[in-house]
Amino acid sequence: MLLSEMKEGQAGVISRVGGNGALRRRILEMGILKGSEIYVEKYAPLQDPLELIVKGYHLSLRVEEAAQITVRDVK
Amino acid sequence: MSKKSLTIALAGNPNSGKTTIFNNITGTRQKVGNWPGVTVEKKEGIVNRHGYELKIIDLPGTYSLTPFSVEEIVARDFVLDARPDVVIDIIDASNLERSLYLATQLREIDCKVLFALNMADVARARGIKVDAKKLSELLDLPIVFTIGNKNEGIDELLKKAIELAESDIDTSGKRKVKYNKDIENSISELRGFIEKNTEISLPYKTRWTIIKLLENDKIVRERVLQKMGDQGKKFIQQVQLHRELLADRFNDDPEIIMTDERYGFIAGIIKEVLATVTKQRIDISRNIDLVLTNRFIGFPIFIFFIWAMFQLTFSLGAYPMEWLENSVGWFSISLDLILPDSLFKDLFINGVIAGVGSVIVFLPNILILFFCIALFEDTGYMSRAAFLMDRIMHLIGLHGKSFIPMLMGFGCSVPAIMATRTLESEKDRILTILITPFMSCSAKLPIYIVLTGIFFSAKAGNVIFCIYFAGIILAILTGRLFRSSLLMGADAPFVMELPPYRVPMVKSLIIHMWDRSKMFLKKMGGVILIGSVVIWALSAFPRNIQYSRDYIAEINNVRSLYNTQIMAADGLDRQNIENERDDAIAELETARKAEEIEKSYMGHIGKILAPVFAPLGIDWRGSVALLTGFVAKEIVVSTMGILYLAGDDGTGTLKNALLSSDMTPLSALAMMVFVLLYLPCIATVATIKQETNSYKWTLFSIIYTTSLAWVAAFCVYQGGKIIGFS
Repeated sequence: MLLSEMKEGQAGVISRVGGNGALRRRILEMGILKGSEIYVEKYAPLQDPLELIVKGYHLSLRVEEAAQITVRDVK
Repeated sequence: MSKKSLTIALAGNPNSGKTTIFNNITGTRQKVGNWPGVTVEKKEGIVNRHGYELKIIDLPGTYSLTPFSVEEIVARDFVLDARPDVVIDIIDASNLERSLYLATQLREIDCKVLFALNMADVARARGIKVDAKKLSELLDLPIVFTIGNKNEGIDELLKKAIELAESDIDTSGKRKVKYNKDIENSISELRGFIEKNTEISLPYKTRWTIIKLLENDKIVRERVLQKMGDQGKKFIQQVQLHRELLADRFNDDPEIIMTDERYGFIAGIIKEVLATVTKQRIDISRNIDLVLTNRFIGFPIFIFFIWAMFQLTFSLGAYPMEWLENSVGWFSISLDLILPDSLFKDLFINGVIAGVGSVIVFLPNILILFFCIALFEDTGYMSRAAFLMDRIMHLIGLHGKSFIPMLMGFGCSVPAIMATRTLESEKDRILTILITPFMSCSAKLPIYIVLTGIFFSAKAGNVIFCIYFAGIILAILTGRLFRSSLLMGADAPFVMELPPYRVPMVKSLIIHMWDRSKMFLKKMGGVILIGSVVIWALSAFPRNIQYSRDYIAEINNVRSLYNTQIMAADGLDRQNIENERDDAIAELETARKAEEIEKSYMGHIGKILAPVFAPLGIDWRGSVALLTGFVAKEIVVSTMGILYLAGDDGTGTLKNALLSSDMTPLSALAMMVFVLLYLPCIATVATIKQETNSYKWTLFSIIYTTSLAWVAAFCVYQGGKIIGFS
């Protein structure tokens, strides 16, 4: 499942981070990497960007960026 | 004996409390904020502690040392090139895992690193316990507990830092991230290559340089090529071969694998040192966000905050503004009475006091505005504002963070353009800098108030609103235009931390507010002072004007004529005739002053420019006023005051002068549109130059804004005439 398809309140484990060069690396550096647990806290009022909890802190990503991230074990 | 001096750099993630610690150590005034990347300038302070002179450098807050943003480049270059004696890495204890990412990179550079484990009290309250002793053992470096906002552990931190600086430990042997076998093989093979070719001398330490080159770090590659020339090329080719090899092996870029491995190394440490008590805790910050970024009421609350900020700034600020205006006026009148008539007096009262006075009166507005912005930043609301606005800003091709500089642009373009430093991508930054001047700054407001008050009295508020709105629309159109032409490419990724809400420290708010206001006053004050004197000189010289009429003789004539009449008349008549006499003299005086200004250098310049402004319905006096606006927009009003002969202040007399001039509501509107858009003031231009670091972009900004202003004002005036307005 793509991270961008997850609903508010869903959690999962990241299985793949796609995308290109700098952006992908920045996402990885912020701790969104394969095996990290992730929780979708909420979507912004205009449905973009979304707020995540990863490694114990809150981070926001755009939906288009989240669409590069694959998540498994979504519950 | 002079004291020994040491350089200590403070590094750390944004929101780690680094700036608070810096303030505690140095006591210098520096802003503390929650908006990621608020510490954009390299700040330093010198203190004497424990018998040493310590030079403390506050590096920009970064998450990593991969040079994506200016902050990261600044921070890394400082550690690499200035080689501080010790780097203190400030680690947010409740965010240990992510904080360690920067720490591993610092360690890799091979400098003496010391950890300040900050806000452990907050972490404990959140159920996170860090085994510092173990962490210190595992990473083989000293750790000191600190609580920045309570000033605890700071002295111990400095003591440890001095100890570390004075020790002669070899950092290259210290524990670092060990990569997987293939990467380590590549590293040692490349190291072998360097050792074989003894003429190769790398600009930085070997292992680090190899790692960075394997990660395809452009800056390091360039420096290697610069320093080593042909040898460098040969070496880079070798590295390239290894990169391809590794990419082939892992089916991914080496830099991605290495990022992964660093986090893997960190995960190992975390497992050992971190104990999380899993208790159902109430997270206040999350609860606040349930309201503030709520789907339904998030925006209304945001709009309310912005509205409240503007109300405070402009409505509340109006009272002290009036007091200041009165004081300046009183001061000017008193000096007028005390000083004997001379050129110097003219310069002092009409140049210096008039000019500086026009800036001082805006101080209350600026203080309040910056206080509100500091409040947004220090509480953490600023990043929520970016979170809410990103979707909308994304439509213009900008990042949610761009909203903040643009918003500040309504106050003053100078700090607004400085605030663009929080943007990571250079294209984003330049684009934001180019459109920020269209956010009508507070100095333009007096011009609107005067002109709408005179020509649109009943609808003044609506007209001003439309002017502001037009600025926003043109900013959006400009953004879209440039994003698809000059600054093509996607906007920066929106990877932004939403830090926990914090209760702001009053001291920090005040420092924050005062710092920025001071910067503003210094810049504006100096420039305006010079500008005012120049403008005064242009309008006061040449001194020996050939008047078309002999005003002095005429005035004397009138006076003696009336005086004989007064002698002849009696009682009530006498009073009337006296009034008539005064009016007649005033009229002559006015005509004389008009001719004086018309024949001054200023008048000449205005007349030369007049044909350019004629299609906009602006006469030569308006042209001069607009020209003086380059110094500061506030001056436009006072120049108009002088030129339309209304004295220097008060809209009452200017009103009559303007109404009796050729100016119509339509030309007033055209003038306001021109003011909204044309070239920003000299202080802003200087800031644009400083922030873009490019004459090209600065010149472009000047030309673009002014041409757009002319075209827009032309459309308003000529279009309005066609439709039938006047």
